[in-house]
Order: sequence, then C-alpha cells, then structure tokens
Amino acid sequence: MTDTRWTHDGYEMVVGLEVHVELATKTKLFSASPNRFGDEPNTNIDPVTLGLPGALPVLNKYAVELAMRIGLALNCTVQPCTFARKNYFYPDMPTSYQISQYEDPLNVDGWLDLPDGSRVGIERAHMEQDAGKSTHVGGGEGRVHGAEHSLIDLNRAGVPLVEIVSRPDIRSPEQARAYVNELRAILLAIGASDAKMEEGSMRVDANVSVRRPGAELGTRCEIKNVNSVRSVGRAIEYEAKRQILMLEAGESIRQQTRHWDEGDGRTHTLRDKEDADDYRYFLEPDLVPVAPSAEWIEEVRASLPVLPAVRRARLAEAAGLAADSEAVGAIIDRGQDDYAFTVQAAGGDIGRAVVHMKEAFAEMGAEPTLPAADLAGLTTLEIEGKLTATQAKTVLGELIERGGGDAAAVAAEKGFEAMDTSELESMVDDAIAAQPDAWEKFRGGEAKAMGALVGHIMKASRGQADGKLVTQILNARK
Amino acid sequence: MSDRLTNDVVVKVAHLARLDLTPAEIERATEQLGDMLDHFADIDALDLSAVAPMNQPLPFVNVMRDDVVQPCLDRDEVLDAAPDAQDGRFRVPPIIGSGA
Amino acid sequence: MPPFSTASEIAARVRSGDLKAVDVLEQHLARIDARETEIHAFNLVIADAARQQAGAVDAIVAAGGDPGPLAGVPVALKDNMCTRGVPTTCSSKILAGWKPPYDGTVVSLLQRAGAVAIGKTNLDEFAMGSSTENSAFGPTRNPLDTDLVPGGSSGGSAAAVAAGFAPLSFGSDTGGSIRQPAALCGVVGVKPTYGRVSRYGLVAFASSLDQIGPFTHTVADAALALQVVCGHDPHDSTSIAEPLPDYSALLERGVEGLRVGRITDLPAGADPDVAERIEQAFDALAAAGATIVDVEVPAFTYGLTAYYIIAPAEASSNLARYDGVRYGLRVDAPDTHAMYSATRAAGFGDEVKRRILLGTYALSAGYYDAYYGKALRIRRLMADDFAKAYAQADVLLTPSSPSVAFPFGSKTADPFAMYLCDTYTIPANLTGEPGMSVPFGTGQNDLPVGVQVLAPALGEPVMLQVAAELERAATNLAVGSAS
Repeated sequence: MTDTRWTHDGYEMVVGLEVHVELATKTKLFSASPNRFGDEPNTNIDPVTLGLPGALPVLNKYAVELAMRIGLALNCTVQPCTFARKNYFYPDMPTSYQISQYEDPLNVDGWLDLPDGSRVGIERAHMEQDAGKSTHVGGGEGRVHGAEHSLIDLNRAGVPLVEIVSRPDIRSPEQARAYVNELRAILLAIGASDAKMEEGSMRVDANVSVRRPGAELGTRCEIKNVNSVRSVGRAIEYEAKRQILMLEAGESIRQQTRHWDEGDGRTHTLRDKEDADDYRYFLEPDLVPVAPSAEWIEEVRASLPVLPAVRRARLAEAAGLAADSEAVGAIIDRGQDDYAFTVQAAGGDIGRAVVHMKEAFAEMGAEPTLPAADLAGLTTLEIEGKLTATQAKTVLGELIERGGGDAAAVAAEKGFEAMDTSELESMVDDAIAAQPDAWEKFRGGEAKAMGALVGHIMKASRGQADGKLVTQILNARK
Repeated sequence: MSDRLTNDVVVKVAHLARLDLTPAEIERATEQLGDMLDHFADIDALDLSAVAPMNQPLPFVNVMRDDVVQPCLDRDEVLDAAPDAQDGRFRVPPIIGSGA
Repeated sequence: MPPFSTASEIAARVRSGDLKAVDVLEQHLARIDARETEIHAFNLVIADAARQQAGAVDAIVAAGGDPGPLAGVPVALKDNMCTRGVPTTCSSKILAGWKPPYDGTVVSLLQRAGAVAIGKTNLDEFAMGSSTENSAFGPTRNPLDTDLVPGGSSGGSAAAVAAGFAPLSFGSDTGGSIRQPAALCGVVGVKPTYGRVSRYGLVAFASSLDQIGPFTHTVADAALALQVVCGHDPHDSTSIAEPLPDYSALLERGVEGLRVGRITDLPAGADPDVAERIEQAFDALAAAGATIVDVEVPAFTYGLTAYYIIAPAEASSNLARYDGVRYGLRVDAPDTHAMYSATRAAGFGDEVKRRILLGTYALSAGYYDAYYGKALRIRRLMADDFAKAYAQADVLLTPSSPSVAFPFGSKTADPFAMYLCDTYTIPANLTGEPGMSVPFGTGQNDLPVGVQVLAPALGEPVMLQVAAELERAATNLAVGSAS
C-alpha cells in the first residue's frame, strides 16, 4: 500500500468527507413531482414540495433501491431504518424541517478501497431530502451579504439525496481527490446518480483537522462550497495549513463552518458551530420505518454491475499495467474496457491496445467507432515487430478517420515497413563503420555515445528503424 | 413561581422557534411554562429505562410508492397565494445569517 | 331539543327522489340565517357553491344515476380541512384568507358520496384548545346555552350539528377535540382508530395523534359517515390498509354477552352529575345483558403529562412551516429570519405560542430525555395497560368530559385548568385506539352529559354496537327515569 501521507511542519491532516449525491429517480423522495434539473422555476411542485398545510410525505421505493445500491457498492451493512426531522428555518426548506435519517440510517459501516491501495471507512450513507434553491438579487456580485432580496425556486426541494459520510481516514489532498473520483466512478457505474459536481448533483463538504502524528484528534472545521475535484485538494490543503499556522502561533482552533473561495484560494468563516441551532431531531411521525427484506437486499446486490475497482484490476492484469496507472484509469472511466477485451479476443495485444486507446480514444465513449478486430490487427503488427510504436500510432490515426480498415494495408500505403532484424543488423554494421569514435566510447561505457550511432541509423532508415530494437542490438554487440 | 425555567432559556427557545416575544411575554411565558413543567413533575420519579419509546400507534413498515410522475400543482395558482413573488419565484427579504 | 333530520333520513329520501337536495340545503341555510350570528359556528358559509353541488346531486338522481350514500346531506367541515379554492384558516390570523390549491382526501370522499359542503366551521386556533375560545375570529357559543362554551377544539362542528345547521359535520381529534365538544353539545362524536381515516389535507397539529371524525345526531349516522370516510389512502403513509367492515351491521345487535370494562383507577376529577350518568350507563348496559368487569389502567394517570409533552413537541415542528414565505400572513422585515419572528409573533395566538415554546423546549438538546423521551415511554406503558384491559373487556366506559359545558372565561386564567378537560379523552389518542362520545342524559342545568366508549384498534364495530345500546337506553332516561 502506498503511503499517501501529507505532512507540514510536523503535522498531519485528518480529513473526513461528506458527499451529498442526488439520486437518478424520476420523482422526488417523498412526492411524485418530477426530479429534473433545469426546468422553469417552481413548476415541479406539489403540496409536499411546498410545505403546504395538510401535505404528507410518501416514500419513493426506487430511491430506496438506489440508496441500497450505493450502500452495497460501498460494502455497507443495509439495516432497518427510520426517518427523522431535522428542524431549522431557512427559506429554501419549505417545511422548516428536513426529513433525513438520524439514529437508524439505511447503510452503515462500509469502506471504499482506492486505486492506490488505501482504504477509507464509510460511517454511513443515508437518505434525505434536498432543499430548494435561493438566488440573491441586488447587493454585490449576487452574494448573500448586501443583497436586496432573495428569490426561491422549489423545483429541487424534495429531490432524493444520499449523504455518504466517510470516517476521518483521509490523510492527504491526493487521497481526498482519489476518494471523490472513485466514489463518482462507482455512482456512475451503478446508475445511482449522474454525480456532476458542476451541476450540483454531487456536493462535497470536508471536515478538516490537524495533529501531530499519534496525538489526539484536533478540533475540526467544516469546509463548504467545494465545487470541483480540484477544489477538494486545494481547499483541504489550505485549511490544514491555516490551522497549523494558528496552532504554531499558540492559538486554538474554533469549531466552525467555513466557506471555500476558489477565487482567492482561501477558506472564510461562515458561522461558528457554537452558534449553530439545535436541530431537535425526532422520529418523523408521518412516515413508517423501512426494513428491506433479505430477499430485496440480495436482489439489489446481485443487480450491481462489476465495480470500477474490479474492472481496473482485471484490465491491469491482462494488460500488464499498474491498476492505478493513468491508462487503465482512463479506459475504465470511459467504459472502454469491454472493448479492450474484445480486441484481445480478436487476437490482438491488449497491453498495446490500452496504451493506444488512452490517447486515441479520449473523445470516444463506451462504444468506440473503430472495429475491435482492426485494432487487434494493428497491435499484432506491432508485436511482430513489423511496425514501430510511432508508426502504429500514425496508422491508428488513419484507421480511426476511415472508420476502420486493414492495418497492414494502411502501413504499406504509408510506406511503413518495419525493418526485419537482419536489415537492422546490417544498418548497425554501417553505423559502427561510419562512427568509430562513438562506437569506441559506447563500448567503453559511455551510454550517451549511443545517441550518435542511433541517430545515424535513424537518418539512414528515414525514421523507420525501430529504436528499441536498434538499442538492443547495439547493447548485444558491446 | 417555578424555578424550573429561567428567562434566558425562554429567550433561547423563542429564538429557536422564531417567535418574537416582548419582555412582558417572556416573563409570562417563563412563569406559565415553569408551572406546566411543575405539573409534569409526576413523571420525574418514574424509572422508565426498561421501557421502549412508542413514537407511533401503528406497527407498520415499508410503506412506499412507485417512482411514477403525478400531475403537479399549477404554478400561477400557487404563486397567487404567495405574499410576494417575482419571475416565477417566491421573493423574500435578504437571507442573512445561517440556516442552522 | 328539536328533532332535526338525520343524515340517513335525508340521504334515503334524496336518493329515492322523494326530496330534492336543493330544498334540503335551503332548509339548513335558513336555520343558519336564524341563529348563526348568535352561535358563530362557521368561519365561512359557502352557500353558492353548496347550491351548485346540491343541484348536481339532484341532476344525477333525475338522470337515474347513483348520487352516493350521503346524497344531498349538508356537511360542515372543520376549518383545518383543506378545501380547494375555499379559505382554510385554522381560525388563525396566520392563514386568514388562504385558499388551498388541493382538496383533502376526506373532502373528496364526501363530495363523491354526494354530500353538500355547506361551510367551514370555527375551531380553537390550529386545533389547540378545549373551548373554541382560542379562535382568532371569536368563539363559538353552545347552541343549548349561549353563555357556555361548545367545547373544543372542534367547537364549531359540534355546534353546527347541535344547532341543526347540518346533520353531519367533521372535526379533528388530537386529545379529545371531537369527543369533548360532542359531549358538551349533546351530539355523537367519533374519533376513529389512528390511520383509519386519511390525514391528507388535514392541517397537522400533532401528526401521531390527529384523526378526522364525524359529529352526528345518531349512532347510525356516525356509522354511515365512517363507511364513507374510512379507508386506505396512498397519500397518507400512516393509513391503514385493512378492508372496511360494515359499520352498521351490529347496531341492532344489543350487548348481550359483551364485557364492558370499568376502569377502577381512573383519575378523579369528574363532576358528580357527570359521574352519576356514567354509573347509570353501566347499569343500563348491565340491564341489557352485558357483563361489567373491573379493569386497571395504571398509566392512565400519566396520560395528561405525556400528551402535553408529545403534542406540543410535534406541533412545534408542524407549525414551523408558517413563516410568511410561500403562503399566509407575512410581516415585512429587513431580513428573512426577522421576518419569520415578526410574522409568527403577529400571526399566532397565545395558546399556540405557548405550545410551540413548550414543544420546542421538550425537544431541545439537554431536555429531550427528561421530557420527550420519557413521554414516549409513558405512551408505551399506556398502550400495554390498555392491551391488558382489552384482554378482559370488549369496550371500556368513561366520562367524555369531566364536566358539562362551562361558562366563557371560566378556565382561561390558568392554561392547565383547560388542559384538564382532556383527562379522559387523551389516552385513546396516545394509543391510537378508537373512542366515541354518546349523549346520555343531562347533568346540572339540564346540560348534556356524554359517555365515552373506548375500544381496541379497529374495534369500531363493537364500539358502535355498545354506543347504539346506550343511545336506546338514553331515550328511556329522558322519558321516565330520574333526572
């Protein structure tokens, strides 16, 4: 397992992430208005959404299923659960309480393994309602302070959320980013959410504290308004350093909620936790408990697709690459691994295929436009030494543009002929004869002298010699 | 007068409940609520630790509905009933301070 | 008391074409004209809409169609039941003039059954009270003696039936708000099993306690009304799915072989005139063949405390939505939180504020365990005690109200004095079991006394069966026996 520790002035950071995810249901969590982004304001409304007198919530079964999928994909235990009211006043919360889960959440005690081999514990993943949206009008730059009034759109109010709370196991900005990326990949794979941070369907809050390794946990601050994966890393790093500076100056950390400003790269005080309201949680009397049967849980578990970590491992092993390599990550993210295995099944070399796909298939989705057999043919030529890597890249580009074709034929068109070994041997003879000083130096141990010899061969072969093979031959002749 | 409750507590509770109270009302509330809590003293001595709480009269579980869209309310009818609206949205004075 | 037509009679005659719904309506509107100023049962009389509805019922009959089991029956609705396009105020300034954009389920069911909604009745603000003195729009007066309260919180609905304004009305019962005013006004009032009648469209006071129920002149009418409004509603997650029995089936059965429980450790507090009538009720049932058994309900005495913690706690949350943002009263202020506080201060009356404060306190960090947590456990004890009692008895009998109707202002100085009115009715709300009040003779000053019949969950049939027997026995009381 890679040690992803971050330290600064002898302190380490202790980070937990709370991720809110909007579920991909057709209707809201407790009412049957559409769950849709981008509609005209206040058109997806019903008595529950508006918090009208006399309205009553009724739970969306598909939301429960998606919440279960998330829990199971995160290795949680799915348990009988209840809903509770979290009471607070805010204009985007129409009933002045949020229906959430408090004492008995649906999913508990899971974990998420990251590509680098580290594991982050998941404390719970529970269901709750989303709030509406408030826009601030007048005042400076649309910010809350100094605004003339606020406008409330309740389309989003009542949209189903799952809040995923990690344990404070994260120790570096890189690990935090990896956690968010991996979580997102899982959410997409299981179809629970489109998890778009830029659209707000996935929101990340970070709880950050610092301490000297081995010491007790420090006071933490909650960081909000972290709107991209990149911000996650930046905000955490800034906050940890801010706290360390304060501690080193002899000040103590106040437990606070802070707002990350991507523009100036700092966190700012939003409110002190001590001022925070008492939420007066109590069991939601308008709803009854949910106790998923063992059959239902197994059904959902069986319906989960192969998760990204497993897919990554499979592809990495087949392709002879590291599971956390960029190439493997890219292929899995795009869902192109099935295609890569089809290339393999068609007789191609999956390792070479993956390396090519990383760049060449970047704009393609899960169904690449190039027939797998054609890519297979290309990789075979490479492996047989009939094409250099550079030549193969060019041929691939051509094949993609044409929507397919025979790699050998395209190579011939381009005049690419991989040189066979005896040709190369004779070119090496010529180079040695032409550059005796370089050859003596190279034989004497100066590796850099090889450059002149290789350069001679490349020039003579008009770039068609395979550089790797040439190097091998020279070393063998030493 | 009961000493179960002080003015400070009532002021805090009134803020949690978003109720403006005049000083006279705070006095009166402190007294009346304190009296009520005195009446409730009959339960102070009860040892109920072995008794499970009963939140609801019915032992139901798993009441759920299918994920099917139903017709929405008419936005105009709803906004007409609003104290203030603009551009299809509810309009409120500036939101200062936390929601929590 | 003048004999008013019952809902059953009216429906039968309208269905047969013998009577026109529009004529029935005019008759009732005339009674309202005559006495409403004096009584103030209604926040709003909806004469025009009612005439249209009555006309529609008559048209169906004329066309040979089925106009429904309550065809042409004028029905008054407590003003905390949402009626689309018709103001629903909960007798509060904070909802003055608010028109819901939807009908509650019970309202829809009544309309489909052919009933004619005649008006929205007055109540204690947000259903909090036992006298209707807490209404922001003035109290309702008891039709039997207008110096006296009709009870509460459903005082308007009880008075409407007692005054003959409608043969059927609906109220809501959270701690006794149907049964107590029924007793004080001399009518029948039923709180069904929790979950038996949909709460969708009922403005919530205490969600785990509230139920809608009917006021009628007769037990038979109550059975008819229950048949229409009971039933599963997918809009209400706490709605019972069990199929409905025929509520009228046992009304003539009598009580031979039934066990009627007397709670020997019932809290004291009933006035002697009331206590005497309850004794006579036991005697009447025994004479009719029932066995009277003694039972104990030790937790009964803690019911008031548990209720006055749980109900305000839930109410403090249910009433948090009244913030001036989306509907109702708004008092302007420089920022939203100031607006909330000013709006709610101006819009809520004293009793409502008191209960919101008490409920908020009971749920607060640091106090939750001592109050709300304990109250929920007392509720469990209560349910267990009643379960044991129902193993020994089919129904239980108690007073509905500790006293007959009382004068305005006589219980308003000390809130707790008013809370004591709910002593006998509260337990059925805590346990979710059904209860009803049946008029049974008179007490001091010839004022009506109500006997409460309690039954186990879904026990409406046996509850109505015993109530019907008491109703028969009561006529004997009025005719021949000692006053």
